[in-house]
Amino acid sequence: MGLLSDPNRRRALTKLLTRLNAPICVMCYLAGVAWFMGLAFEPFTLRTYMSENAMGSTMVEERFPAGERALATGREFAAHKKKVGGMPVDWLVKTMQSRGLEVFTQSFTRKLPFPDENKERYMVRGTNVYGILRAPRAPRTEALVLSAPCSEGNNNNQAVGLLLGLAQYFRSQIHWAKDIIFLVNEHDLIGMQAWLEGYHHTNTTGGDWSPLQGRGGSIQAALSLELSSDVITSLDLVLEGLNGQLPNLDLANLFYAFCQKIGVLCTIQGKLQRNDWDTTSGYSHAAQTMMLMVLKQASGRPWGDHGLFLRYHIEAASIRGINSFRQYKTDTTTIGRLLEGMYRKLNNLLERLHQSYFFYLMPSLSRFVSIGYYMPAFGLLAVILLLRALDLWVQLGASPPGTEDGVAGGVQVSNGPSSPGVLSILTPVVISHMTGVALYTLPILSQEMAVQHFPVSETEAVVLTAIAIYTAGLALPHNTHRLLQGEGTEEGWRVLKLVALLYLAVLLGCTALINFSLGFILALSLVPIAAFITPHTPKALSAAIMVLLSPGCTLLYCVFVFQELQETPVSLQDGWMLFLSVISQGILDHALYGSLVYPLLALLIYPCWLLLWNILFWK
Amino acid sequence: MLAFVLCGLVYVFVTADVQETNQVKDAEGQTHAVEEERQWEATEVETNLSLTDTPSDNEADHVQTCDRPPPPPAKDEIQEAAEEVRRDSLETNIVDVPSDKVDHVSDTKKTLDDPPPPPEKDRFQEELVIRPLHSGDTYASFQFRTLWDTDFFRGNKVLYYQLFPKSLGQVISKFSVSELHISFTQGYWRTMQWGQPFLPSPPGAELWEWCQDTVTDVDIAWKELTNVLSGIVCASLNFIDSTNTVQPSASFKPLGVGNGNAFSANAVLPREIVCTENLTPWKKLLPCGAKTGLAVLMNSEKVFHSSFYSQALHITPVCQDWQCKSTAWELKRTLNVVFDLHSSGQGKREWSLFKMFSRTLTEACPLRHCGEQFELSPATPLLSQAVVLGDRRTYSVYDLTNQATFGQMPAESGDMLRPLLHGERYVAGYGLPTGEIHTLVYNHHTYRAFPVLLLDTVPWYLRLYIHTLTTPAIYIHYQPSKDRLQPHLLEMLVQLPPNSVTEVTVQFERALLKWTEYTPDPNHGFYVGPLLAVPSVVAMDTNSTQERPLFSSFFPCKEESSYFMRVYTEPLLVNLPTPDFSMPYNVICLTCTVMAVGYGSLYNLLTHTFQVEEPGLRCVPLL
Repeated sequence: MGLLSDPNRRRALTKLLTRLNAPICVMCYLAGVAWFMGLAFEPFTLRTYMSENAMGSTMVEERFPAGERALATGREFAAHKKKVGGMPVDWLVKTMQSRGLEVFTQSFTRKLPFPDENKERYMVRGTNVYGILRAPRAPRTEALVLSAPCSEGNNNNQAVGLLLGLAQYFRSQIHWAKDIIFLVNEHDLIGMQAWLEGYHHTNTTGGDWSPLQGRGGSIQAALSLELSSDVITSLDLVLEGLNGQLPNLDLANLFYAFCQKIGVLCTIQGKLQRNDWDTTSGYSHAAQTMMLMVLKQASGRPWGDHGLFLRYHIEAASIRGINSFRQYKTDTTTIGRLLEGMYRKLNNLLERLHQSYFFYLMPSLSRFVSIGYYMPAFGLLAVILLLRALDLWVQLGASPPGTEDGVAGGVQVSNGPSSPGVLSILTPVVISHMTGVALYTLPILSQEMAVQHFPVSETEAVVLTAIAIYTAGLALPHNTHRLLQGEGTEEGWRVLKLVALLYLAVLLGCTALINFSLGFILALSLVPIAAFITPHTPKALSAAIMVLLSPGCTLLYCVFVFQELQETPVSLQDGWMLFLSVISQGILDHALYGSLVYPLLALLIYPCWLLLWNILFWK
Repeated sequence: MLAFVLCGLVYVFVTADVQETNQVKDAEGQTHAVEEERQWEATEVETNLSLTDTPSDNEADHVQTCDRPPPPPAKDEIQEAAEEVRRDSLETNIVDVPSDKVDHVSDTKKTLDDPPPPPEKDRFQEELVIRPLHSGDTYASFQFRTLWDTDFFRGNKVLYYQLFPKSLGQVISKFSVSELHISFTQGYWRTMQWGQPFLPSPPGAELWEWCQDTVTDVDIAWKELTNVLSGIVCASLNFIDSTNTVQPSASFKPLGVGNGNAFSANAVLPREIVCTENLTPWKKLLPCGAKTGLAVLMNSEKVFHSSFYSQALHITPVCQDWQCKSTAWELKRTLNVVFDLHSSGQGKREWSLFKMFSRTLTEACPLRHCGEQFELSPATPLLSQAVVLGDRRTYSVYDLTNQATFGQMPAESGDMLRPLLHGERYVAGYGLPTGEIHTLVYNHHTYRAFPVLLLDTVPWYLRLYIHTLTTPAIYIHYQPSKDRLQPHLLEMLVQLPPNSVTEVTVQFERALLKWTEYTPDPNHGFYVGPLLAVPSVVAMDTNSTQERPLFSSFFPCKEESSYFMRVYTEPLLVNLPTPDFSMPYNVICLTCTVMAVGYGSLYNLLTHTFQVEEPGLRCVPLL
């Protein structure tokens, strides 16, 4: 044998690899995309099943009777909310106390880095109210959370009403083994962030909040409830949390199981399940559902109040009531029964939810794709980068004349370009990353200056600065070239490309492990340009392709695709506005909740793309 | 709040109960009660009962007492009345013991076999205090106290046991125990809602022992003791080993007369679940079992349908007289239960024995010496005083023959003394590598500062970063942990200023356990015992001759102004980095092994050429 140590055989092998490199790469790319699209095809997916024994085999009865009373409480809450013009703290405290809970409040203030134009807030000041139902004979070590946001306007009053109704009902039940915390949070995610950081006594994002007085031990699971109408047609389950984290699949299974049991229509991504998987429309429905999940997960933002729990290893999901024009309606009592059943089962948990999957995609509520099935799709894309890198490596090793022995040649190659060109590689790397740092820091820092000099609002200033810096980065190659010593050699760009390829492979690999969707979408757009960009391709065409496949443009396409999938297509103009607001939301998510997508894109992915851009303009 | 003091017979409570159940119109209860009534009408009822009120000496209480029918008498009168009552009961006690008891047994138609009359100095007392709590819940505290006049310290061989349970007596003599405290608690005492408990105990099981200096190998004795006790009380005390046992240097002081206390050990098992299996052996330690006396009420179905449940055994040596010339063993068995108002009482602030325990008192334990305590709310002409936990309360004395006494519970009895000290504890931070334990100790006293000893025991698998310890402690004693051998022991002397919160924080790193060291449910988390705060200097009263209600002397203090209370925080549940002990985990392990083996051979195949070595040629190294 000695396939690798025998120079002749090795040469044959490398020759084969070099010759077939391009076709293999194309094949891999197509296979990766096909694999991914195949994931939505029902026969290729697994049916969901309850893994957790503590929740699976035990039977619970749901007897919550007081839906009407809960709605009345909700109306009372709405009246008090209107009167106070915000969170009716005193009324909530009194009501929770009368229901036999230990009630505590937490006040918080938060100054946003720049005004949030979507939600029209800048200086946020609010109060969270929560009541703890102490489980009898429990030592305060475990807790469950049920939360409902106190939203502006007439939203979510029914959710708060139902929360209070459930609190009253749960108080009279005897089987609780974990404390149950009923939380009404103001200013949705900001309040939730304040409460969670207060509960865990951390401060990751520099907010200002009063410490919590009462606790219930380690929180095992949480549900966030959003209801804005007295009757609903379906319940939507929202799973995607901060940085694309997902709760344990058993939580979704639990919800699905109870919807089936009680007879409530349930959706995920707002899409009902269909049975006609063998038809084209059935498949495209499943694919759309899955694509929506991928896009939401890739955005890295919490899509409901539950999203922030996941950081603390608390399994959480949002349940959203949807009232559409369907005939079949579900009343509040039924939703109350559903929640009661879910909490009874969660109460039965002996351990944290850990049995089922944490990494999955859902083409429908009853089907899932586990990490083992979707990772090959990404792997096929990532292997292109490695193949190209290998090809470059071989080329670099073969180019210097007189290196008979492969091993010696390799060593020489790795030393070879370093003598003329460490600087020639280091310079673009450093400059690209400097641009990345500028993109990360300058938009927020320079907003005041921008507002003074241009007729724009703060938010617009931030977004436009970001876009300006992003575009300015395109002019870099000419500037870096001046810094280079002498002419860029043929070897130089190859080494630079090798570095860029490996860098991108590591980046995307790590991203995909944490947030598959983000990694996959980035790989989809970046891998082709990374694989085939050379200084010798036609400049204008390549540049156009590179710009079209840059991370910023990918984001733009994602916005349009997302709107299309949600069946709310937008015009180009609206799409552009949406794109601008998405950028501002991304920056805000990072500043407020610690979402990592913006720093990842600005500090790592964008510089990496700039490296490739540099190669294109190598002289 | 009021309290009944009953020294004599128990019948009256049955009558009281009948009335209450009639009010409730509970069909089942009513028939039951009517039967009871008939039964008791048949026997001759002796009613010698005192009922006491408990306004403490602050102003709010006086306001409270104002709207009760008879205005409370001035303080001097109260004192006098109390003295009278005490004298009366003392007299009754002294006269009663040997002679009356036999009469009583014959009166109750000999439902029990006549036990041999106990020797003069062995005594058994039982007591039940029922206190409606501020939150509306009801607190029932049983105490059974046996006094055993024997002296192990001088090496006497004990040949017979009268009222003292033999199993415990043998344990005491075999292991040379000089003091022993075991508590089993299910639930956490909610100090802010319920006030200060008579006897604090941590959730789970706690064992605390002092042994004499005659013990040669302390570790072995402790190990054997825990194993024997786990059999006696039917609990997993055998899980106590060196990893959760500490020997505090300062925090624990003997509660009894300590002569020759050489060694103390303390262990807490926060995970221990307490249930009927622990109650049954506990009941067997009573001289009358659960057949008669107050123990009849311990219906496990009801007692465990509560918000808080705690049972304890305390064995202490006490003085027999003022000069402490002779000592005796005192065995206290306590059982504390808090019944939830919401789930049982349908929101009404009323209680009856029948509603709480589904049982009524039928007859007294013929061996007992003295009575029961009740806390109730009607006002009263006769008063007595007792001091519990520094809270001076005046107890009114009632004659329960007077039917008008019953059924007039005021809706609000809002004179809960604000709890003085309470603690809170939580784990801060997120992620599995590190964390931070925060402990808050509140002092609500308006003007008094307390020097307090904090005892913190942290298992070894949380590696404390002691340099991050922030504490206002004056004195710190730290004993570092040894992996798999001993826990961290941290004792701190802290001055709690009046009206303050004292915070102690320390960071820790979570250790990676060996895979066999994980519990069967590793994802549940690992428990860290509660922090314990004890006042640093308290003069303990070890004299048992003083007659007073039993509940006032859980922790007898010499001075009324000093407090002996222990404050436990909640235990913690901490997640450790846990491998996924599921099938995929096994698959991954297996695959990795196969990969490692496979990769090695494949790599060899790819990189090496194999040649047949020709003999006689030079020796070529294989690799």
